[in-house]
Amino acid sequence: MSKLYTFLKYFFITFWTVFVVAPFLWAVSTSFKDFQSVNSKVTYIPWLDFEPTLEGWRVLIKSPAKGGVDIVEPYFNSIFVTCTASLISIVLGTLAAYALSRFTFKAGFVRNNDITFFFISQRIMPPIVLSIPFFIFLSTIGLLDSLLGLVVVYIVLLMPIAVWIMVDFFNRVPKELDETALIDGCNPYQAFYKVVLPNSIPGLIVAGMFCIIFGWIDFFFAFILTFTEVQLLPVKVVALNSSITPWWSLSASALVSVAPLIIVAFIVERYLSKGNLSGALK
Amino acid sequence: MNFKHKFVFLFPGLFVLIGILIFPIIFTIRLSLSGWNSYTPEMNFIGITNYIRLFTDDPRFWESFFRLSFLSVTTVILQYVIGFALAMMVWREIKFKRFFRVIFLVPMMTTPVIMTVIWRTFFHESLGPVNDLLGGFGVKPILWLSDPVIAKFTVIIVEVWQWTPFMFLLLLAGLLSLPKEPFLAAAIDGASPFRKFVYVTFPLMAPISIGAIIIRLIEASKIMDTVFVLTSGGPGTATETSSFYIYIKGLREFQMGYAATLSFTYLVIMIISLTIIAKVLTKLMIKE
Repeated sequence: MSKLYTFLKYFFITFWTVFVVAPFLWAVSTSFKDFQSVNSKVTYIPWLDFEPTLEGWRVLIKSPAKGGVDIVEPYFNSIFVTCTASLISIVLGTLAAYALSRFTFKAGFVRNNDITFFFISQRIMPPIVLSIPFFIFLSTIGLLDSLLGLVVVYIVLLMPIAVWIMVDFFNRVPKELDETALIDGCNPYQAFYKVVLPNSIPGLIVAGMFCIIFGWIDFFFAFILTFTEVQLLPVKVVALNSSITPWWSLSASALVSVAPLIIVAFIVERYLSKGNLSGALK
Repeated sequence: MNFKHKFVFLFPGLFVLIGILIFPIIFTIRLSLSGWNSYTPEMNFIGITNYIRLFTDDPRFWESFFRLSFLSVTTVILQYVIGFALAMMVWREIKFKRFFRVIFLVPMMTTPVIMTVIWRTFFHESLGPVNDLLGGFGVKPILWLSDPVIAKFTVIIVEVWQWTPFMFLLLLAGLLSLPKEPFLAAAIDGASPFRKFVYVTFPLMAPISIGAIIIRLIEASKIMDTVFVLTSGGPGTATETSSFYIYIKGLREFQMGYAATLSFTYLVIMIISLTIIAKVLTKLMIKE
């Protein structure tokens, strides 16, 4: 019985690992192919099945004028928008979460939980519902096709995540901590800044990582709200998919775009193993 | 605690969020009462004409909505079962535990649209590896993207690949935070692994499970990127979800007024159904 269970367990783990890794292996292999080895028949292993070339990788750094795909600028755009929006969301979200965790609010029938729910419920909003009014709104104030416009929109996407994680986190930070600080003569802001924040670093890191993940992977808003001036990475890569698809540069650019966040997987795992994440998530 | 300090903490975030959202929501409601399209791009007032059209004369929207419900419920159930199984397997000591944990987390860190582009080449009917490898076993080429029924399952496969890690992460974090005592008690009583799961682990995990399922349902109900790149809603309308249909009406055909009507109705249905699902799940899974 337990032998069968162990066998099934390892079988399933192996199966899932292969399933997870398969598209990456395929992309790595494809990125070294040329027209011939993509279009004649399905090939897998370089040198054995086909003659590898670096063409798919080379076009990534060539300028568009020379027939290249310039992904350097979209790369920096993506980093800028993601980081700025995450930072603003974390700052505002953490402040609001602290208020919701420590003080009681009452306005009519509205209580703390309702305000928290209001923040978090913004995730329910389907992007398409917001995209049409945002399209018109941003074009009215001249922010369509600009980085700033995207940052504004991404704050709506990311602040709910920051509030969701930080409210739960602050609820686990003992209240005595700030009370002691207040008795010691701090004002509420000092108590928050000097005592509560330094004790909330694991929560802040988790919230930050989630904001960065959900900012980095967004495609739809970037697709609707930008055209030529500003392009974000996912839009650029998907644009390659349109006409005659050059699978090799497509795979290479895809790999380059997903690479930075895979590091996040290692950080998340570290926090899981140390047991810090369980408090912050839930 | 001083009265006004709490507002200093709360208001910046609250007002920024409301400030950004108030215009789009009011605008959507107003737009939904207008006949804004590419011929008359103006905010005229046509009353509830659009809503009448939606409820009496637009089966395509309702079909896309049921398709969305099918896709999101199926993917979330699969993600929950697989995610829970994976979390259980790397919860206790196992060889290369940390390696597997990282591997299981990786897909959620990747951009869905970009991975979907790769999946498209992966499932390509003549040049993709899936049909080629299956061909090695004598299986006839499967029409992954151009058969109306199979295309739905291709979307499900890609969604499960992409988002099971999120479920896995929430559930594993939950498992790691469980108290040790109930498991010790079960071990002393000599409970079998199966009974331990049914009577100890699962009930303890119920609140976390509900949270994880609801969060995933919310995210899954927005499914759009995958469909957009993988099938563009096709073949025909076989994989068209509500968001995609609204996108076509609004930003391809420029029937802005009608698209706003669809958007607003969709949002209201979404809020109501997710609230009901949350209530029902809580009742089903926590029996006390």
